[in-house]
Amino acid sequence: MDFEDTPEEAAYRAKVRAWIEANKDALPDRDHGSRAESVAAAKKWQARKYEAGYVGITWPKAVGGQGGSAMQQIIFNQEEAKYNAPTGLYAIGLGMCIPTVFSHALSPEIAQRYVPVAMKGEEVWCQLFSEPAAGSDLAGIRTRAERDGDDWVINGQKVWTSGAHLSDFGIVVTRTDPNVPKHKGLTMFIVDMKAPGVEVRPIKQMSGGSEFNEVFFTDVRIKDTHRLGEVGEGWKVSLTTLMHERLAVGGKPASAPGVKEMIELAKAIDFAEGSALEQSHVRISALSSGRTPGPESSISKIVIANNMQDMGAFAADLCESAGLMMGDDAPDLPHLTRFQTSYIGSAGLRIAGGTDEILRNIIAERVLGLPGEIRPDKDIPFSEATKLGL
Amino acid sequence: MNFQFSEEAEALREQARRFLEDRSGREKARAVMTADSGIDRDLWAEIVALGWTALRIPEEHGGLGLSVLELCVLAEEVGRVVSPVPFTSSVLLATEALIAHGTDNQKAKWLPKLADGSAIGTVALAEGTATPGTRSKVKIVDGKATGVKVPVADAKVADFIIFSGADGLYLVETGASGVTMDGVETIDLVRLSARVTLNNAAVEPLNGGQAGLEHFLQSAAVLLAFEGLGGADAAMEMALGYAKERVAFGRKIAGYQAVKHRLADMYIKNQLARSHAYYGAWALLTGANELVQASAGARLAAMDAYQFAAEENVQLHGGIGFTWESDCQFYYRRARLLTLMLGAKAHWADVLVRALEQRNTMMAA
Repeated sequence: MDFEDTPEEAAYRAKVRAWIEANKDALPDRDHGSRAESVAAAKKWQARKYEAGYVGITWPKAVGGQGGSAMQQIIFNQEEAKYNAPTGLYAIGLGMCIPTVFSHALSPEIAQRYVPVAMKGEEVWCQLFSEPAAGSDLAGIRTRAERDGDDWVINGQKVWTSGAHLSDFGIVVTRTDPNVPKHKGLTMFIVDMKAPGVEVRPIKQMSGGSEFNEVFFTDVRIKDTHRLGEVGEGWKVSLTTLMHERLAVGGKPASAPGVKEMIELAKAIDFAEGSALEQSHVRISALSSGRTPGPESSISKIVIANNMQDMGAFAADLCESAGLMMGDDAPDLPHLTRFQTSYIGSAGLRIAGGTDEILRNIIAERVLGLPGEIRPDKDIPFSEATKLGL
Repeated sequence: MNFQFSEEAEALREQARRFLEDRSGREKARAVMTADSGIDRDLWAEIVALGWTALRIPEEHGGLGLSVLELCVLAEEVGRVVSPVPFTSSVLLATEALIAHGTDNQKAKWLPKLADGSAIGTVALAEGTATPGTRSKVKIVDGKATGVKVPVADAKVADFIIFSGADGLYLVETGASGVTMDGVETIDLVRLSARVTLNNAAVEPLNGGQAGLEHFLQSAAVLLAFEGLGGADAAMEMALGYAKERVAFGRKIAGYQAVKHRLADMYIKNQLARSHAYYGAWALLTGANELVQASAGARLAAMDAYQFAAEENVQLHGGIGFTWESDCQFYYRRARLLTLMLGAKAHWADVLVRALEQRNTMMAA
């Protein structure tokens, strides 16, 4: 076992560090500008990374990637995270959509049209999978795509689409054949989010923010050239995307405070007997909450989201009644507002990109090899299952 | 021994539940939240008409003179629906403080008004990061107080505030000179709070000094445990209802063990909380020596159950539970308010441990 970088990895890390240091003029000076400001800041940083060859580190050279290792990508992410770089705008597009596009595009022309522009950060992508009646059970989607000459015509509704309001393109999974079992009648496409018939409506979240959207498709036309994979193979194609999703969603959000912030907060609170940090229960909780397992994965998302919730509540508890206060009225205690926001946001993170329950199923079934649940709807045509209320 | 509420108390519960379901569904809480108006005055008037504000007030002061057990029943029912009325602040806290510790003059002045609804009271225990009710920095000299209490729930609708000073409880009228208030944002968007600044404001002590304050905190712990228990049960019922409707993978999600077990865990925590709350109610009613540990146990179990039920209610609803339109957020937020307005877990766990240690020492002797 070796927790240290190999000499090659250390050299790569040094190179990355030097590059970020030399380019930090392209990083925004503060976290919270207007939406337009933060989009502009993200685009600026992405363009800089693209020029230097730090986009698509693990992707094949043939599609414009670097052909590097997963370890190199992790090293880059670790170093980049130290600078609070604005990467969120591209997390879904580059983390999930573009790998799906270059893996399943029908022609090199399509890949060439979309991949490099997305890598430069000039076009933003979203992923249109979940629907009101199909979240954890993604294969239950109802959005229809019907063939019409060289086109497909899309009708239906998607939901929880992160960043749809900022996106130029999306990948959308649709039902092209309701008369076969649910996993077999799906097909995926590239959709132009500015096309006629696409309507994006923000969803107001419990937190008060609106990062998610509902997206309605009314007779939206897509060229067959923009199909991803074969007709009826949409489930297999979507697995490519989902394998990437947990990497994209799995990491701790840059805004979420961690152990360092907890310690700073605890030090600042004047307890009856010394600072909070001198109380043994605080020390024990602060340390155990901070145990983070290795690289991002299904496990990591479960742990991170639940830790955020536990730590958010714990931090507020440390502050006693001051821990109730929010926003501009929150007292001047280090990181308190971030912990509060994190407590509310964590309730969403435990659901987004695979709920705790689905991730536990994945760990149980795919990692531990346990048998799957009995699924009564799996082998009967989707149209029949729907009639039976399954 | 008898661990059941009386038939009269159960009849009151029936009446309260029917009334609140009919007149105070969660849409009332939502209306207050979006209208930014604090409380629903019409609903409050109906509650006054039902006699809930007079329930515990002695007959000589215009009340019904019922026991604390009936009040516990109402606390639980109000907690279920997150009613946008100052019931907790005025009835569970301010009225109880006056009944138990008010001077004759204070009782004569305020109890009749509380009973008939012409006055609303609240309590102010919080001062920043100090455990509410402890280590007050409000300076009181010759009946004049200077200091800050924050956050204080329902302060803006209250006619008087009972606050914790360094040596006991005090009463200040909100219209008195030297009292100012500014609204503050807290995690609970339904029960609004304010920063109350006292600048040489006229105040008068309640009876009992420090011992009175401590008894009041124990009483509040029991009553808020019932309110929390109501919320925990309601959150569990929401999750249960949704799980029985929502289909995934060809089945109602309630059929999956992962979901069933979570709901069973909620039920277990809620039942533990109920047992502790009943024990607390008994100790409060009888004035038993066990009130210290019983109230701490009631509070710890109820807050633990509430937070768990509130968090897992969102989780079992999936994405829809995290939206602004979902009612899940009321419980998610209210659980935090109840937990932090009266001293967080560490404090009450400490109180409980010390009380148990003392009991064991006495038993050994």
